[in-house]
Amino acid sequence: MSGENTFTVFIDGKAVQAADGMTIFEAAEAAHIEIPHLCHHPLLKPTGACRLCVVEVEGARALQASCTTPVRPDMKVWTQTERVIEARKAVIDLLLANHPLDCLTCEKAGNCSLQDYAYMYGIKESRYHGQTKNYAPDTSNPFFERDHNKCIMCGRCIRICDEVVGANAIDYAYRGFTVKVATAYDEGLENSTCVFCGNCVGICPVGALIPKAEKGAGRIWQTKQVRTVCTYCGVGCEINLRVRDGKIVGVSAADGPANRGLLCVKGRFGYDFIHSADRLTTPLIRRGGKNGSLQPATWDEALSAVAEGFSRVKNQYGSDALAGLASAKCTNEENYLMQKLIRAVFGTNNVDHCARLCHASSVAGLAMSFGSGAMTNSIPEIQDSDVIFVIGSNTAEAHPVIGTYVVRAQKKGSKLIVADPRYVGLAEKADLFLQHLPGTDVALLNGIMHVILKERLYDEEFVKERTEGFSELAEMLEKYSPEEVEGITGVSADDIRAAARMYAKAERASILYAMGITQHTTGTDNVMSVANLAMLTGNVGKRSTGVNPLRGQNNVQGACDMGGLPNVYTGYQAVTDEEVRKKFEAAWGVPSLPEKPGLTVVEIMEKAAHGEIKGLYIMGENPMVSDPDIGHVQEALRSVEFLVVQDIFLTETARFADVVLPGACFAEKEGTFTNTERRVQRVRKAVEPPGEARPDWAILCSVATRMGYPMQYQSPADVMREIASLTPSYGGVSYDRLEKGGLQWPCPTPDHPGTPFLHKDKFARGLGKFTPIEYKPPAEMPNGEYPFILTTGRMLYHYHTGTMTRRSRGLNAIRPEGYVEIHPRTALDLKIEDGDWVYVISRRGRVRVRALLTERTPRRVVFMPFHFAETAANALTGRALDPVAKIPELKVSAVRVERAPDDEQIGPGVWYGDEGDKAREAPAREGCCGL
Amino acid sequence: MTDGEERDGGKERVGGGPRGFEVNLDKVREILKAHKGERGGLIGILQETQAAYGYLPRAALMEISKTLKVPMSKIYGVVTFYAQFHLKPRGRHVIRVCLGTACHVRGGEKILEKVGEVLGIQPGDTTGDLEFTLERVACLGACGLSPAMMIDDRTYGRLTTKKVEKILKEYSKEAQGA
Repeated sequence: MSGENTFTVFIDGKAVQAADGMTIFEAAEAAHIEIPHLCHHPLLKPTGACRLCVVEVEGARALQASCTTPVRPDMKVWTQTERVIEARKAVIDLLLANHPLDCLTCEKAGNCSLQDYAYMYGIKESRYHGQTKNYAPDTSNPFFERDHNKCIMCGRCIRICDEVVGANAIDYAYRGFTVKVATAYDEGLENSTCVFCGNCVGICPVGALIPKAEKGAGRIWQTKQVRTVCTYCGVGCEINLRVRDGKIVGVSAADGPANRGLLCVKGRFGYDFIHSADRLTTPLIRRGGKNGSLQPATWDEALSAVAEGFSRVKNQYGSDALAGLASAKCTNEENYLMQKLIRAVFGTNNVDHCARLCHASSVAGLAMSFGSGAMTNSIPEIQDSDVIFVIGSNTAEAHPVIGTYVVRAQKKGSKLIVADPRYVGLAEKADLFLQHLPGTDVALLNGIMHVILKERLYDEEFVKERTEGFSELAEMLEKYSPEEVEGITGVSADDIRAAARMYAKAERASILYAMGITQHTTGTDNVMSVANLAMLTGNVGKRSTGVNPLRGQNNVQGACDMGGLPNVYTGYQAVTDEEVRKKFEAAWGVPSLPEKPGLTVVEIMEKAAHGEIKGLYIMGENPMVSDPDIGHVQEALRSVEFLVVQDIFLTETARFADVVLPGACFAEKEGTFTNTERRVQRVRKAVEPPGEARPDWAILCSVATRMGYPMQYQSPADVMREIASLTPSYGGVSYDRLEKGGLQWPCPTPDHPGTPFLHKDKFARGLGKFTPIEYKPPAEMPNGEYPFILTTGRMLYHYHTGTMTRRSRGLNAIRPEGYVEIHPRTALDLKIEDGDWVYVISRRGRVRVRALLTERTPRRVVFMPFHFAETAANALTGRALDPVAKIPELKVSAVRVERAPDDEQIGPGVWYGDEGDKAREAPAREGCCGL
Repeated sequence: MTDGEERDGGKERVGGGPRGFEVNLDKVREILKAHKGERGGLIGILQETQAAYGYLPRAALMEISKTLKVPMSKIYGVVTFYAQFHLKPRGRHVIRVCLGTACHVRGGEKILEKVGEVLGIQPGDTTGDLEFTLERVACLGACGLSPAMMIDDRTYGRLTTKKVEKILKEYSKEAQGA
């Protein structure tokens, strides 16, 4: 808001420094002079509607609304004169005339602005008595109640829904006394464009919007607030957990650096899984052999069994018969200890985690192009980009809070290009929407670069000074004319040209991408093509630009940083580098560490199925839902001699385990998560783990110790000290510093401030490398028998394998089951109607699922979310891998769709097999997917 | 983020109006085309649309929302703010029963009740055959004739419930004849 010119104004006689463009309210706030207000909020444009923030300005006849009046040099402002106070009292008085005075039982008491101001100005009740509103409370949606009688019409909810979230679900409707905040046709939020982020609830100054779960759960002063980081996606929103009597009773948004006071539906309303009755509370041991059942055991028994089991495999078959999966849900400290356990105690590099399935290609591709495989810029910078190019990311659903930055940028005049096979949430806001076929990203990007080159829109200086390999790229691009590319991608040549011009002409252009780019056999190619485009236009190494992979899980960045990968230790230090190995050997006190890179997730499952991996330790991962071709995963998990699963629920994967260890969820332990913009943030304990469940870091220490390697730490802070000492990019990270706020790596020394954006004057690898990338079609293309492309992904209300969100009442109520999106015309051809049961059949299996007819998904494509175990999209996906990053092609599988009988009595609804044809004859095999 | 709204197709099923009605969107598309590129033209477009359809069909409003990129919630706010806009189909004849002071004193309420009873609708509603819309108004400026009502542009005064029945019968006959 503030410009260059600074000057002095006088507020209540005090000299205050202000700047051009500031309002009186802002100048006062900066000087710690508080002005009462109801409609104003720092996230919103000021409207001056409530008239509570009025002040007296010398020389002005009328009182001025301080939130809308700009400061001028030498302005003299009085915020507490008799006239001002009389005016404010009148405002409160009028509001109270039509406001239920039920503070005795109102949920908001103690946290209500109207109550506070009535108290401040001593107004007990209104002098006015007239008609009052008498609406029944609206309890129709599963997340929060709306009480229109308490609404003071400040419009904060309307404005945040419009200006920040971009959902535009509500506005003022009707006229005069009957005015109320309503959706279109006043039909209730569940029938509107509402995304239930609840940011309106968070910003409501009175008791008009109250989360259902918080009703009767305790007053604000009866609860303790614990500031921590949300456990859902990689945005890294900071939240306050409200705790009463050892239970979490509410969540509010904290003013964290990534979320700035905003949350999405999962972060705000999806926390009730924490106290779910389904939580694991004791260790379980399978008794009675492989076909026996899992039964409760003591920690002593369980830990002995785990240590003996793994030691036996190691002694009998050697270290490389063991493997472990780290966890993108666990803390940095836990991931560090997991890979330490696997490497130092198991003696193998066979450690990986589900980052393999989401952004392995980003890590590999960006490392090759730039020298560092992470989001180059920071989340808030998106707001100041002139052009935002979103490709292969359903940002509005998968990273909703990042979506708000895109919305806000657009409101300020930025242009938005969205490229996606589906008409995803942001597409309807896009200035240009490119609907390319799944798997044709390289062609599309090459076409865009072709135009940029032909029209000389590229940044010649940047290309010359900061990059190498340009001429090879230019030569390769020659044949990707827009017309040629139109034939491959289905995007019109004109749109390709328009996109190229829009992106290249921007002063600062930012690319956001996610798994639409990475989950292909050409995932690494796709990523490098994105990098090529950014370098070609000089959009790397400065604010509000960059190549920004949006990471999926809360700590997937951290799990990678911590060396939860088969080829690197912490901070991407290669296991093949002898010097690095020596460093870790010395620090960990082991004579030697394995030098051969280990197996990736999909390879671990392959080898397990073939009997080469005999012992497997899975922490906080659920490959029976998340991994491709889960029929094959099931075979692998059955084949493993000794399987240990450590989790907070008895997941589909845990059901196969020989020993199950109950871990603690994010709210029950100390630690750190690293979000998608490389920001290391503190996770704090709010409540005790249920029953005998233990923090995962403590469990890992016990397992290592029992296997003869004493692993002892006082606390996760201790572990972080060790991480910092061994990891250059985390060298300056410590719990003391994190108390004051998160740190973005690289942060090499204790006095280094962290790095908001990478590659400023020099790429991490020196020069940025252009790699000529040719288009290659996906591994499995549609044919006569399997005529459609199945693409998989996320949706707003559920998270990953659903273990948490499906145990959250509100989230599960709004979307209790899976579905397959089919274009209405395709459906017409197949004689399928909305809501019908259909079979989706691939070469690997068959799923019975309900059809959802929508034009979001184009005609030759069908879409399934992968969150639902009983309609598991991954029963259909294949194991074809990207040759570099070994990421499977989850975004493209060939399938066919058939009407299914309505009354079929199904067990799990999923059939895993080699061929779809058999699926029709064979009854559903006994599965493990019933939740 | 709404699922499954039709983004194409000439005819659409209506969500808002009475079931079974199809709304041809050609007219609203033409209006939108004529106003292409204009800023702040929402109210004018709504007026023309209402003139074209007789009311504001939901499908037409959705078309306006999509084309102008104005959210439906905002359009609904505008439409419900101004008394001139109607979200439900209007009858061929609009009956306005006066409940101003003079008519109120002389039994206007009874007249309104009678009209409602004969037509089987509440004030604000329209008959199923789209013949009549019934409204209550504050004053018709015909206090000397109270109690009074208007049907379209004709004023009827000194009404009794009997007279009301007769008048409405005339209109119904005309409707059946036509």
